[in-house]
Amino acid sequence: MSWNLEKIRNDFPILSTEMNGKPLVFLDSAASSQKPKSVIDTIRHYYEAENANIHRGVYSLSQKATEKYEMTRIKTSRFIGAACAKVVIFTRNTTESINLVAQSWGRTNIHEGDEIVLTELEHHSNLVPWQMLAQEKQAVLKFIPLNQDSTLDLSNIDEIITERVKLVAVAQMSNVTGTIHDLDAIIRRARQVGAKVLVDGAQGICHLPTNVQKQDFDFYAFSAHKMLGPTGVGILYAKEEILDTMPPWMGGGDMISKVWKEKSTYADLPARLEAGTPNISGVIGFGAALEYLESVGMQEIRNHELELLQYALDRLEDFGGLELYGTSDLSKRGGVISFNFPGVHPHDVGSILDEEGIAIRVGHHCAQPFMEFKGIAGTCRASFYLYNTKEDVDALLVGLKKVKEIFGRVLKR
Amino acid sequence: MSLSDSLYQEVLLDHYQNPRHHGRLEHAHLHEEGVNPLCGDEVELFLELEGNTISKISFWGKGCSISQASASMLTDSLYGKTLDEARSLLHEFKEMLLEDKEPNFAEEYEDLESLEAVKKIPARIKCATLAWNTLERILKKNH
Repeated sequence: MSWNLEKIRNDFPILSTEMNGKPLVFLDSAASSQKPKSVIDTIRHYYEAENANIHRGVYSLSQKATEKYEMTRIKTSRFIGAACAKVVIFTRNTTESINLVAQSWGRTNIHEGDEIVLTELEHHSNLVPWQMLAQEKQAVLKFIPLNQDSTLDLSNIDEIITERVKLVAVAQMSNVTGTIHDLDAIIRRARQVGAKVLVDGAQGICHLPTNVQKQDFDFYAFSAHKMLGPTGVGILYAKEEILDTMPPWMGGGDMISKVWKEKSTYADLPARLEAGTPNISGVIGFGAALEYLESVGMQEIRNHELELLQYALDRLEDFGGLELYGTSDLSKRGGVISFNFPGVHPHDVGSILDEEGIAIRVGHHCAQPFMEFKGIAGTCRASFYLYNTKEDVDALLVGLKKVKEIFGRVLKR
Repeated sequence: MSLSDSLYQEVLLDHYQNPRHHGRLEHAHLHEEGVNPLCGDEVELFLELEGNTISKISFWGKGCSISQASASMLTDSLYGKTLDEARSLLHEFKEMLLEDKEPNFAEEYEDLESLEAVKKIPARIKCATLAWNTLERILKKNH
């Protein structure tokens, strides 16, 4: 499909609605993307015509639902460049995917005195599970520091990623500053010391062409809801030889091979790591989201976001008086802009923009260590996706002008 | 008047920019901390008593204009008042914001009415009530 922004916007019903009596300007896709009609229709169709539990029924309806569910696993593996479908595990969200690694692989492989390396820009979901594991195992957390422009300072990477490190867990792209990390350099060093690499792809997969085999990720975690799919579906990819060694982390239905009163044996992959009835409609809807993204093209989406990002950064710099965070090197940045009016709390900015129909995210964005690093309470964050336009950016600027008028006398510069 | 214009009135911005009774009291008889964890707003209240009367009061905190202005207004309202008067004002304030009652504050408390507009932005009510919830815990402890 050639790039047709008008057609894309028409595919998303919510974009023609109003918020507080004004046309909706949605600039919070980094929190959760909007959904195209094809995804909404697929979920509706499942409940209207295909609803049944999967993997159990001998009747046709159940078989059909199972096929559709498993077809999404195949589509997902192709989308991320995995070798086969059974290395795709469905969870509820990115957070659960990371917790799965921590609880299953981590509890088996991390021991007292081992080290886990994170960065100072991690989302809480790629921080707290490792804090919990480190406390349980008496392991040590280490952090790759940041440069002032929010890129990673990799100058001492050999001293940080040492022989004691068992895992490096890093985001593909920051949800706060949009920084796209230099994963190649990190993975190269991890290989030298035999450490595994977990990539939190929650923000990356939806915006950047990604290939888990070419990029040599050991673990890759992400969510459907940030990539046009429904909420409640997360994905964990891991190399097959790693998944083969991972014990179940939740017990129950579907993950078993045979059950006696006192013990059980466990199913093969991927069922071993998927206990209980999953989010069937969500996974099937996610399949439609992947089709939509493929029909538009990930490189085309990236190009569009870069154009918007450049336009928005230029206009925000011209606006004056704003503190902007993140690198100006757009090859290292996705379509996320965090900023502040010095002297005005982000929540006040968010409320005033809300009244103008403009949805942005304000606060600490579940990345409090970064806020501490910058010495701020939070930021205002505008994030872009394939359906955003330069007019959305213009609307944001009009809203910010209103903030400036209202808060003029308390602004610090 | 638009919603944000009615909320961000002169009186609120004045309390935000020039908070009254701001700082910590070293010898406070009563002290409590309040936090809204999702937004990170913080307020600490310090009260010194002479008998049943609040002889000194201060707050320290960080956060949005509404949370900090509300804390400033609270301290301004309660300075020199008794704990029973504090209870009564707390009740009246929470009725205004949480039970949709028309405010009818005595003239000396009328700054508080500027916070009524927060009702129209439900997501921000917790900002306005942070200091008052903190006061409520102090008063319960001292009942």
